Amino acid sequence: MATITPTRMVLNQMKGRLKTASRGHKLLKDKRDELMRQFMDVVRRNKELRTKVEQGLTEAFGALSVASAVMSPEMLEQALLYPRQSVALNVSFKNIMSVNVPVYDFRTKTAEEGDIFPYGLAQTSGELDDAMTALSGVFEDMLELAQVEKTMQLLAQEIEKTRRRVNALEYVMIPDLQKNIKYISMKLEENENSTKVRLMKVKEMVLQDAHHYKY
Amino acid sequence: MYKIGVMGGRETVMGFKALGLDVFPVDNADEARHTLRRITSGESEYAILYLEENLAAELSHEIDRFKDSPAPAIILIPGRDGTLGLGQSALRSAVERAVGSNIL
Repeated sequence: MATITPTRMVLNQMKGRLKTASRGHKLLKDKRDELMRQFMDVVRRNKELRTKVEQGLTEAFGALSVASAVMSPEMLEQALLYPRQSVALNVSFKNIMSVNVPVYDFRTKTAEEGDIFPYGLAQTSGELDDAMTALSGVFEDMLELAQVEKTMQLLAQEIEKTRRRVNALEYVMIPDLQKNIKYISMKLEENENSTKVRLMKVKEMVLQDAHHYKY
Repeated sequence: MYKIGVMGGRETVMGFKALGLDVFPVDNADEARHTLRRITSGESEYAILYLEENLAAELSHEIDRFKDSPAPAIILIPGRDGTLGLGQSALRSAVERAVGSNIL
């Protein structure tokens, strides 16, 4: 406050900055609102999927427990040890309000559905088949959950950043600039007044010299 | 091309092995920490890492490091003993971070 020089040039600079700041504030506020809208959609979807996945996994693990109860641990391990299936993941990025969020796209090596059973049917129990079916069913939801959850985290980070910027502009930058502008314009007005008074005084003295006026 | 990893107790990850995912059976949080560091160091080839919840409690510091980077996504899954609610709390903390207060 004390360091600014009250000149017309600084005043113009300040006015320009105030204009930019207000514009930036408005834009960032819009950005924040739109991000927030998207974020709430994602959160809702995440909540849904989270519940679904947790339920599905609990069921699948339950089935697996049953399977391990009827089979010996060695047999179970042996049955699952060498997978016939392998999964490759393709990641592309989607742009939401200049936040890059991942989009997952997975491909299994073999397309046949039966390939989730990497074992012969003779030596394993039917319960294991059930468990594997349940697990592969929940896996697709798990994949979407990963995508949605990551999106949510990235959006949350961006919203936090934008929110801070909006607040900094609204509560610090803009009031400061307004205060400075007011200070400078008052100072200028004061200077103008004193100049006017000085001129009047000088004029009075000059007139007195010329005409020998007496008051 | 990226891979998907699953980390957790031996019993938990066993089933995912058959689905064709890469599994990392670990016995305790320390082992999990080492494994996590190993597979995420350098150019990570894992885009998604599913982590069993009961390990996550002690690894929260490590997990937080990946919150702001686009990959890998570390997703908590419940273990065999059912859910601990940590996954839900991750959701809550994200909301809190964005909104400033818990609105759920």
